Amino acid sequence: MSQTRAVDGTPLLEVKGLTKVFGQLKACDSIDLTIGKGEIHALLGENGAGKSTLVKMLFGSLEPASGEIFWNGQGVTISNPGQARKLGIGMVFQHFSLFEALTAAENIMLSLDDDTSILAIAEKAHGLSKAYGLPLDPFALVGDLSVGERQRIEIIRCLLQEPELIILDEPTSVLTPQEADKLFETLERLRSEGKSILYISHRLEEVKRLCDRATVLRHGKVVGHCDPRQETAASLARMMVGSEVITATRPPAAIADATELLSICGLSRKPAGPFSVALKNIWLTMKAGEVLGIAGVAGNGQGEFFEAISGEVTQESPDVIRIRGNPVGKLGISERRLMGAAFVPEERLGHGAAPRMKLSENLLLSRFKTDTKAFLGKFGMVRTSAIAEASKRIVSEMDVRKSAEDPEAASLSGGNLQKFIIGRELDRQPSVIIVNQPTWGVDAGAAARIRQALIDLARGGSAVLVISQDLDELFEVSDRIAVMHDGQLSSPLPAAEMTLERIGLLMGGSQTATESKGDAA
Amino acid sequence: MRLELVKRPQQSRAFSALSPFIAFGLTIIAGAILFAALGKNPATTLYYYFVEPLMEVWSLHELAIKAAPLILIAVGLSVCFLSNNWNIGAEGQFVIGAVVGSVLPVMFPDFQFWFVLPLMLIMGMIGGAAYASIPGILKVRFNTNEILTSLMLVYVAQLFLDWLVRGPWRNPAGMNFPETRTFHSYAILPEILPASGRAHWGFVFAIIAAIVLWFVLSKTLKGFEIKVLGQSPRAGRFAGFSAGKMTLFAFAVSGAMAGLAGISEVSGAIGQLRPAISPGYGFTAIIVAFLGRLNPLGIVAAGLVLALTYLGGEAAQISVGLSDKVVRAFQGMILFFVLACDTLIHYQIRFVKSKAATASLAAAQVPNV
Amino acid sequence: MFEAIVITIATAATPLLIAAMGELVVERSGVLNLGVEGMMIMGAVTGFSVAYMTGSPWLGVLAAIVVGALFSLLFGFLTLTLVTNQVATGLALTLLGLGLSGMIGESFVGLPGVKMGTVNVPYLSELPYVGRLLFGQDPIFYISIALTIGVSWFLFYTKAGLTLRSVGDNHASAHALGIRVIAIRYMAIMFGGACAGLAGGYLALVYVPQWVEGMSAGRGWIALALVVFASWRPGRVLAGAYLFGAVSIGQLHAQALGWPIPSQLLSALPYLATIIVLVLISRNKRLTMVNTPASLGQPFVPDR
Repeated sequence: MSQTRAVDGTPLLEVKGLTKVFGQLKACDSIDLTIGKGEIHALLGENGAGKSTLVKMLFGSLEPASGEIFWNGQGVTISNPGQARKLGIGMVFQHFSLFEALTAAENIMLSLDDDTSILAIAEKAHGLSKAYGLPLDPFALVGDLSVGERQRIEIIRCLLQEPELIILDEPTSVLTPQEADKLFETLERLRSEGKSILYISHRLEEVKRLCDRATVLRHGKVVGHCDPRQETAASLARMMVGSEVITATRPPAAIADATELLSICGLSRKPAGPFSVALKNIWLTMKAGEVLGIAGVAGNGQGEFFEAISGEVTQESPDVIRIRGNPVGKLGISERRLMGAAFVPEERLGHGAAPRMKLSENLLLSRFKTDTKAFLGKFGMVRTSAIAEASKRIVSEMDVRKSAEDPEAASLSGGNLQKFIIGRELDRQPSVIIVNQPTWGVDAGAAARIRQALIDLARGGSAVLVISQDLDELFEVSDRIAVMHDGQLSSPLPAAEMTLERIGLLMGGSQTATESKGDAA
Repeated sequence: MRLELVKRPQQSRAFSALSPFIAFGLTIIAGAILFAALGKNPATTLYYYFVEPLMEVWSLHELAIKAAPLILIAVGLSVCFLSNNWNIGAEGQFVIGAVVGSVLPVMFPDFQFWFVLPLMLIMGMIGGAAYASIPGILKVRFNTNEILTSLMLVYVAQLFLDWLVRGPWRNPAGMNFPETRTFHSYAILPEILPASGRAHWGFVFAIIAAIVLWFVLSKTLKGFEIKVLGQSPRAGRFAGFSAGKMTLFAFAVSGAMAGLAGISEVSGAIGQLRPAISPGYGFTAIIVAFLGRLNPLGIVAAGLVLALTYLGGEAAQISVGLSDKVVRAFQGMILFFVLACDTLIHYQIRFVKSKAATASLAAAQVPNV
Repeated sequence: MFEAIVITIATAATPLLIAAMGELVVERSGVLNLGVEGMMIMGAVTGFSVAYMTGSPWLGVLAAIVVGALFSLLFGFLTLTLVTNQVATGLALTLLGLGLSGMIGESFVGLPGVKMGTVNVPYLSELPYVGRLLFGQDPIFYISIALTIGVSWFLFYTKAGLTLRSVGDNHASAHALGIRVIAIRYMAIMFGGACAGLAGGYLALVYVPQWVEGMSAGRGWIALALVVFASWRPGRVLAGAYLFGAVSIGQLHAQALGWPIPSQLLSALPYLATIIVLVLISRNKRLTMVNTPASLGQPFVPDR
């Protein structure tokens, strides 16, 4: 059913009927996959389609329930990552498998199965980093490095093992467009050296540009093999999602003389922990009716910025942040909510929701102060029927799929939990909402629904601030876009005037210093 | 063979309710083996341990006397443990509560009015709460590990009591025994039913405390706050709750409970201060709290069970000559089984044959962990 | 006089040093075992009883080590295999150890113990000032020093030590790389248990050669505090252990001198000192955050 471009006929890797079951869920259902020598093979699929499960089985981190793996035509069992490395399979993880308290060289050493001295490793790593244009300081503590630098360590660590097959899991999700271009050069060079690459992504344009063949997964099954160059981004997306992909509709905003709902005047913050970022003199104003997007590579201060606006961390002066004209700098999160603001953090489990608590209790989590009358009775008694009722309303409003009447938050899929969390805040009709990574790890259907809900809220007269790493998403929802880099925020520009290249440069750190003051709202 | 845990999508309600019983059953089995190993007939010994003390009314009173401090302390500890504050110094707070509560009858023996007793109880609670607040404040202010500081303060409190009863508070008419003067009648916590046994009002306090805290924990916003901050502190901060204030609150509440237990024990059961006023109630209460699954009503039941082990230990010593030291070993075992059984609430346990193990004999003999 | 004082300080410091060094390795692997006190007292009671019955202090020491390690295995099984809460399980281990040891040791109360003799290197131990200090102490003193050096070397100069530290820093990453997180933690826990057992054996065979119920008297907890105080560094554990040894010997001398200070206050000094030192160390939040093994106390369930 699929032919390979392998030179000598035998594919490098062949997978037949690979299956993995978690409880009731078939994460991978009888997967077939063939990767030829010297090819860049794309593995496409939505969040939750089974991509990560599949590659973890190939790398020996997960044990398949059934199925066979052939390496150079030989049947093999890969029961641990060490064995995978011995065969010649290397992996660059999406969420990095690095150790912050150790140096780059020590991190590399840990995945080498022989006893090379740390100095020899540092030297080799240095050589490789020069050869492939991936600058790296072997003795830097990983905790001090940016995400881009961390990915370089992962790649070099992988290359040092001289693998035949390199698996990259969503490598560009943490890179600026320019950094991604550099990565593609490296990958193309590896291909020219005869290495094979399994490239996992949901970014279709780069797959079309880079990959020779593609395998598409949906709900744990292979739904097709194709040559991505022959396809359009739309047709690939259709294969992934299984239906027509909906993009949010964004009617024009009329904000010329709208009221100012959020203003940030010279927000600065010292780094809170050893590895966190300082915020430097951030200025921003937002008016009723608009969606403002903040782009940036992960770890450039977005989390710190969110905490500062939400009031989880307060400021020294009240005037630094104003919500609907009220100075709130010294107020906590509950008081800011009372002013009409709502917040959706990046981390769903453990920040936006308490994993082991029921949905109705999680409703109370952000609403007990704003809806005291409805949800609390005498002696601070919780009115269980009222919160159950409200949570039912949100579940049906946002089409949250769940397995029980009032399940624990942790039992929901990422997309459904995010729909609930966003729904919980929208249900209040907030006049300002700040959302960090609204659709990270969310399937396309849920993502479309969330984006549309945010736009609709803005057009109803609220200010919506979206922090996201996903540039496509930002272009889809935002009226204006600003970029955060190293704790500084560039001045927002209308989305129509922004280009990928321009955003990329800002994400990489050029121009921000000069433009960060004086917001042109 | 490998033991594998599979996370349940939901907590198992069945095992939430059953796990303390399974744990207790396992402890009984382990206890039987232990008694047999010590050369005693397991059936008889278990009978003396767990049945005989329940057969007579006066003995039920004794049970209530032992259960009262355990329940009071454990109920307070449940607030701490649920909010992820590890107060393990209740033994010290018990002692300080007893000391502060005893100030009036010991230092002002002629001050004899009906309101002396209520004052003593209040002072005991304040004393316990203040002493517990030391590790609480240190944790909030200086980020100091509360487990270690609260425990160190136990030793300090015990030495302080020792100094008092041998030094400044020694009974002037007590033939140099290390003990204070006996409390006057206004300072004695009365018995509930003097006709049938010695049980004092401390047990009633324990039941009231359990009911009040059960209500707070399961029905109110405060209870929600305690649980959220304990389970996911970040989500708690997002909700607008303050972890620091919660730490102070939890330590103060549990200290007050332990202090009340201390002064109740001294004015109800002992009648004076001595160098040792507790057979480790503060530590045993940790076991009670977990056996009761941190639920105040469960803690009442668990407190009675652990109180029974104290009485049973005495009974078994008298009737079959089993050392009273066995009691603490027995109590320790209960906690182990409780913790192990709680795993069943969140996980299913499966035994799987590892593929690697079946592949080669050599691999099968390596313990698979 | 000076030399004699330093030697008594060493005797007080050695059990703290050994137990803390074991716990340091455990915590570096990301596991918090609060059962040190329990393992220590189990080591003490077995060390005493085996030595008493066989007449050999060395067999006693060996038994203490083995029992400490086996006892810690109980903790390992619960926290690693059954993923129970580490704090609660450590407390359980301490409570069980205190209870069991009381039971086992009951028939040994008041019996004369077997004291482990001192090493005496001919001539060298007669050197002025430092002879007995360096060449005339009990064998376990030398073991404790070797242990400190060994643990430092292992943690920072071997790949196995690097692997152990990586597991303590991020168990998910370690697992993804194919490092056997659970197996490493089992070994670390057993090492910690063996050290605590040895420390307990030292108490019952060298420090006070007899069995007294609860004779560890909070030393296991002080050892835990020492690890925090030392910010997880072996060299600082050594310094801390001798500092505490000095405090406890100092208060004993003060009691002997009959100063007009209540003896109870002096006895409370080591515990008060622990609190003060913990406050001083942990008030610098940033410093503690950098040094604490990042996955310390976190539960870990590998997906297979």
